[in-house]
Amino acid sequence: MTPFGNGATAAAIAARVTAGETTARQSVEDALDRASADRLNAFLSLRPEPALEEADRVDRRVAAGERLPLAGVPVAVKDNIAVAGGVTTCGSRLLEPYVSPFDATAVARLRDAGAIVVGKTNLDEFAMGSSTENSAFGPTLNPHDPERVAGGSSGGSAAAVAAGLVPVGLGSETGGSVRQPAAFCGAVGVKPTYGRVSRYGLVAFGSSLDQIGTLGTTVEDAARVLEAIAGSDPRDATTLPGRPGGLADGLDEADPAARIGWPREFFGEGLDPGIRAACERARDRLEAAGAGIVELSLPHAPYGIAVYYIVAIAEASSNLARYDGVRYGYRAGGAGDLHAMYERTRAAFGAEIKRRIMLGTYVLSAGYYEAFYGKGTVVRGRIRGDYKAAWERVDAILTPTTPTPAFPVGEKAEDPLAMYLNDVYTVSANLAGIPAVTVPFGRVSPAPGRPALPIGVQLMGPAGAERRLFELARFLEREAAA
Amino acid sequence: MAIDADDVRHIAHLARLDLSEDEVERFRRELSAILEYVNRLEELEPGRAAEPEPPDQPLRQDRVQAWPDPRWFLDQAPSRDGFFLVPRVVE
Repeated sequence: MTPFGNGATAAAIAARVTAGETTARQSVEDALDRASADRLNAFLSLRPEPALEEADRVDRRVAAGERLPLAGVPVAVKDNIAVAGGVTTCGSRLLEPYVSPFDATAVARLRDAGAIVVGKTNLDEFAMGSSTENSAFGPTLNPHDPERVAGGSSGGSAAAVAAGLVPVGLGSETGGSVRQPAAFCGAVGVKPTYGRVSRYGLVAFGSSLDQIGTLGTTVEDAARVLEAIAGSDPRDATTLPGRPGGLADGLDEADPAARIGWPREFFGEGLDPGIRAACERARDRLEAAGAGIVELSLPHAPYGIAVYYIVAIAEASSNLARYDGVRYGYRAGGAGDLHAMYERTRAAFGAEIKRRIMLGTYVLSAGYYEAFYGKGTVVRGRIRGDYKAAWERVDAILTPTTPTPAFPVGEKAEDPLAMYLNDVYTVSANLAGIPAVTVPFGRVSPAPGRPALPIGVQLMGPAGAERRLFELARFLEREAAA
Repeated sequence: MAIDADDVRHIAHLARLDLSEDEVERFRRELSAILEYVNRLEELEPGRAAEPEPPDQPLRQDRVQAWPDPRWFLDQAPSRDGFFLVPRVVE
């Protein structure tokens, strides 16, 4: 049987497995071969035996006539999403010994759809970071230039997809952790509406912001995976009702003549001129296809990072209180009393985790709560309000995904604030709970003699508008290839 | 919005983090810089914006459900003896 080369899409694999032209086992063996040769540190662990057993099960289901939308599709899963019987390290020494007793709902739904998890991917520790350099297991390198970061925190899944090790992957977002690495690596990345995908089995970071997202080499693939995992779940009370269908079929037939917002706050200081030019090109292509371009203002969006570093870290400091060395994970030895055991165990967190726990504890502490957390939630409400007003006038908003292309490993490691500003264009979608998609749109050359790097343009839409975003993103994907 | 080393030690205590003196100095510097950035929210007019609309929160029955094998959980404990073991907390 002919192996799948790099670049076979999930849609093509599922079609061929369904048609009996190849098997899920073959598809998974190919992916495992490629992933074993991974030089980017995209994968933290592979699960060859269970994956091949599961592939055989999929082959039996297909042979029995079951129609599986992701039949035989190998998937990379970020290592903060639980897969039963395997490790879930969160890129942290504290969870290195942890074995998950259950599947995340998103993983269980991937299995139902016929997909097979081949391995778990690298991330910034507990998904806190924008480069994967905060992983306790080393950074993930960019497939287009191994001296540069893959982005983060879902850098492992983004690099694995962009390098063709697997066609699709799961990541997670709190402030841009799927879209930013997708843009850096040249993949499609989706941050769904808050509540669209169950967070059951996703290790909690900022619970009012967290959302599992999808990555693929094509818009259709990322949409297909979202369709498989989306929908209400009794195990996550914040999931939206219903199970959306029809997210991925017929995207090519859609009319791109939408009302497209162009928010001036996203094109100011700090934006790479090549990325700005790509956004303008995307805007012009949409306009030429009949879309109406509407210049607008989202006046509170520039405060998104400040709000995020109050709200997200406050929630993180609460969520990470559970790592106390009592019930699971790592425990520091030699502590004489319980308090010392907590403190020494938690000393094993990486610097960024400590920084965020400290900040979160501070903004929630007596005397500072109103000034910080109170103010942060007020401004978050205004950001939400800005978007709500925008949806009266436009169907989608077009922006850059990141201010720059992928930066060199180590460049921002000693400057936390500079690292945080990577998420300046992505974070407001999380704060507002709205869906967003990044699609590769050309390349820029970061410096003379360096390889050209992919960049992404972002489309954001009102809650529940994933289908429309996929249609527009598919249009841009076609135009980028033209 | 500068914070001093004692603030850092106090926060570390609240957060149950054992910090070295190097870390205290590093976090004093870094947290001050981040808080200064975050303080740009003060540029905005005070007053309450509309609170974010709470999404409909369906409530579930508070019902005990059996887990197939509780050992899955207990076996994860770093120290155990049929239950979770921790250092002695009472004399």
